[in-house]
Amino acid sequence: MNPSHDFGVWVAALLTLFVFSFLYKDNPLYKFAEHLFVGVSAGYYIVLNYWTVIDSNLIGPLRVAFGGAAGGPLHVQQGDYRALLLIPGLLGLLLFTRLFPRIDWISRWPLAVIIGVYAGLKTTGFAQGDLVAQVQASLQSFGLVELAHAFKASELAHTSSATWQAIGHSCDVVLFTAGLLTSLLYFYYSREHKGALGVSSRLGIWFLMVSFGAAYGYTVMSRISLLIGRFQFLIEDWLRIR
Amino acid sequence: MKREIPLFLTAVIGLFMIVSFFVPHQWVSVPADFLQQCAVIVVAFGYVLGGANVLRVSLEGISRRERDWPYKLVLVLSLLFTVIVGLFVDKQRWQDPGTISLWLYDNVYSSMQATMFALLAFYIASAAFRAFRVRSTEAALLAIAALIVMLGRVPIGDAAMTAIFHHAWIPHALRELKMSPIEEWIMNVPQSAAKRAVLIGAAMGVMATGLRVILGIERSYLGGGD
Amino acid sequence: MNLAFLEKLDRRWLFLVLGILVLGPLLHPIGLPVFPSEPVRQFHDAIAHVPDGSRILMPCDYDPGSRPELVPMNKTALRQLFRKHCRVVILNLWPGGSLLTDQTLESVAQEFRASGHPLVYGVDYVDLGYKSGNEAVMVLMGQGIAATFPRDMRGNVTADLPLMREISNYSSFPLLVNISAGTPGTKEWVQQVNSRFHLPMVSGCTAVSAPEYYPYLQAGQLRGLLGGMAGAAEYEKLCGEKGSATQGMDGQSLAHVFIAVCIVLGNVIQWSKRTGARS
Repeated sequence: MNPSHDFGVWVAALLTLFVFSFLYKDNPLYKFAEHLFVGVSAGYYIVLNYWTVIDSNLIGPLRVAFGGAAGGPLHVQQGDYRALLLIPGLLGLLLFTRLFPRIDWISRWPLAVIIGVYAGLKTTGFAQGDLVAQVQASLQSFGLVELAHAFKASELAHTSSATWQAIGHSCDVVLFTAGLLTSLLYFYYSREHKGALGVSSRLGIWFLMVSFGAAYGYTVMSRISLLIGRFQFLIEDWLRIR
Repeated sequence: MKREIPLFLTAVIGLFMIVSFFVPHQWVSVPADFLQQCAVIVVAFGYVLGGANVLRVSLEGISRRERDWPYKLVLVLSLLFTVIVGLFVDKQRWQDPGTISLWLYDNVYSSMQATMFALLAFYIASAAFRAFRVRSTEAALLAIAALIVMLGRVPIGDAAMTAIFHHAWIPHALRELKMSPIEEWIMNVPQSAAKRAVLIGAAMGVMATGLRVILGIERSYLGGGD
Repeated sequence: MNLAFLEKLDRRWLFLVLGILVLGPLLHPIGLPVFPSEPVRQFHDAIAHVPDGSRILMPCDYDPGSRPELVPMNKTALRQLFRKHCRVVILNLWPGGSLLTDQTLESVAQEFRASGHPLVYGVDYVDLGYKSGNEAVMVLMGQGIAATFPRDMRGNVTADLPLMREISNYSSFPLLVNISAGTPGTKEWVQQVNSRFHLPMVSGCTAVSAPEYYPYLQAGQLRGLLGGMAGAAEYEKLCGEKGSATQGMDGQSLAHVFIAVCIVLGNVIQWSKRTGARS
């Protein structure tokens, strides 16, 4: 073992242990680390957004626009909005009226701009990227033609591996389509789930449950990976055991 | 004025953004581009507002000497320190090697955020033991899928199957049985079928909500009051 | 056998066992073999089929919260790209991640420089840094990348960088390699960029979001998918590396077995309790 001589690594390691101490029970060390984390995060987000967006995309271009750039501040073209950038600047400042209850209704204006832009983007994004593309991809062949060819190529008595593959593929496609349709039917709430709809929606639940189980398995994997990462930091960067 | 103008703005901008998806002409694309630029800038102000709000709430807590107020003091001091250093000491070069801002990021922010998420691993183990109960067919399906995926996705799944089934007295077909192909089949067939149904359903839900917001039917984002 | 006593087991014992099972293999590796799965192979092949010297857009949408899962695959992807002399443009839409992704990029570039491949910032790779706005940034980049990111991560004027002079918008790239920890991430890039600008893409993501992306993979919207640390380890194997993801696989395996045992044992206790109550 050859512990790090870097003061920063020691701070990071101690803070890591402070946070892990919560596993035993809530304690002042954890609370200290928790509040320090929130403070530094909030401060970091302010600094980050100021320099990378407000300074870079607003103040910088405005300075250029009013600093004698060719064409003047009103020479607007795609990607170069010059004086028009005063509008988002003003909207951004109006957002801060939220901190003053008597005039906080003004903050709804910049909020309306954000909501409008994202409502439009999300609506078209989900329509094109998810709905259309996924429905299109679901219209898949059951592979019956390929299956017939495979059967023709190898006699039924001596079924080849290619035939078994074709059978397997067809079964998968049929099962997939059944799973998709019955899962969709489960989300159809305009009629009571009785009779044929009841049976198919129950089958849909089964598919959904398998999907939730798979998602659980992957979630476990994700969380364990994060723990491994912290232990790797403590072993390799702090204690330098390996 | 207090509600009508925001509703009007949302409707006009929202519809314009939808139109811009279908009409690439510059009369549409340039204003749409400007609106997106506006959104990027206003969202950044939103982050700053969020930080300011944390500061306000914490300062109120300290002035009222609420429970755990000394910790709130830690929060306020660390927030102010990070902001002052980032804006006035390190300035534009705040992300460069050797700056205090980078030191804070590497050793405080980064390490604690990673550890906060790592804590969840322990609680997922505890929840698996105490709360994962198989009491119905549906729960059994969920548990079986979870176990197969959990073990099939990591090397030990296949290694265990080999150790169990690789004996001379076991039929040849079974000896070749592995966990990972079963896991891949679950992910590709039943899992994907259900996930696709969820994706399609969610897409329709988002589209409907988007249109409700644009048309002014959904107004919860305006908050309470007149 | 009466297992009722286990029901009252202090959860801290479970924490301790899990901690030991994860820590143990890091100190004394078992070396369980890793076999690449099909989505990982597809990810590898999608990059392999890109012409040498291509410009690649690599949005790295993550922060330190998912570092152990995503940094290893990010490094391996960068190495595979740099070996093909591809020129990489990275950016980050997660507020907490731009410094981490910059360090990741720089460490790989440093490795190449140390081994005699002089990668130059601005010529072979560029880091555009962070920008708030999620989908709005993605669509804006379709009109012009330099206008969306006037300055890069290091404060340079983006349009002045040699690599960026060759790049206008998404049409300048044959492939988008997204490393994603959630929202904004792969889902948004598929919806706003793959669907709208028809830019082919592959994704490396956290395990928790991987199941959601399988339908995209099947629909061809994604050309390949790496899911979590296991995906990263399999990708390392395909690229002939033995990085931190591969090292973590032993602990990952034992922890999964432990969680599986917890699920089974928890239910056995309940069944035995119910059976005992009935009899």
